Amino acid sequence: MVQGFPKALEQEMKTSPAYRQYHPKWYRTKVSTYWWSHQWPYLKFMLRELSSVPVAFFVVIILLQLWSLREGSESYLEFQQWLKKPILIILNGLSFVFVLFHTITWFNLAPKAMVIRWRGKRVPDLLISSPNYLAWLVISGLMILLLTRQG
Amino acid sequence: MVNRSNEPFLWALFSAGGVVAAFFLPVLLFLYGLAFPLGWLNPPSYQETLELVQHPLARLILFLICSLSLFHWAHRFRFTVDDGLQLKHLDKLIAICCYGAAIVGTIAAGYLLWDFS
Repeated sequence: MVQGFPKALEQEMKTSPAYRQYHPKWYRTKVSTYWWSHQWPYLKFMLRELSSVPVAFFVVIILLQLWSLREGSESYLEFQQWLKKPILIILNGLSFVFVLFHTITWFNLAPKAMVIRWRGKRVPDLLISSPNYLAWLVISGLMILLLTRQG
Repeated sequence: MVNRSNEPFLWALFSAGGVVAAFFLPVLLFLYGLAFPLGWLNPPSYQETLELVQHPLARLILFLICSLSLFHWAHRFRFTVDDGLQLKHLDKLIAICCYGAAIVGTIAAGYLLWDFS
């Protein structure tokens, strides 16, 4: 069983190893644009990917805050007042939920992206994800200590 | 000439951004987006914040948070738009817009944080 591949297929594999572009002659079933909304696993995947939008949104908030800090105390306090607007609280609250979702899915994915073997056996997922969670708690605790003041 | 893909490089930035965002953004967003504005916790004053940000290590961390998180967004958002809205034929344009925005944000962060006095 040496001659496994038909000639044409072999040729194809040699010439186009890259991603196949859309080809109008081939028959393809139509996939709805909203394919991801019909099943929970797909929707969850989409929400996870979309968590990147709140990530970018908050980076913009950080940049604006740094800008106001550079401008002086008056503009910095003005910016803190601006963050108290209900619309900003709602956007930031929603972003917080998405960013938490990002963190949890990211740490849970780490063992799947990085398979570590020790003495010929695969290290259990929990042993890889739990140090991440621990480090996350430590960093979060340190940030809260660093950034909050006694009333 | 070998047609090399720059996918691994972009993926590395995406991945690094994912890590930085996962570790730092929840707590910062909680403090500055919710806890301080709603009065649950007391924020540092203007002077204290300025002193914190003047520290080189703080500026380095802030720069990495801003820049890498934006590249993380760019990479994810590019493929979400490509696949979620079936716009793969516009991939080049979408990629330019996404990574372009991340580059602009990185320059802005570098400019803001370079000289803080």
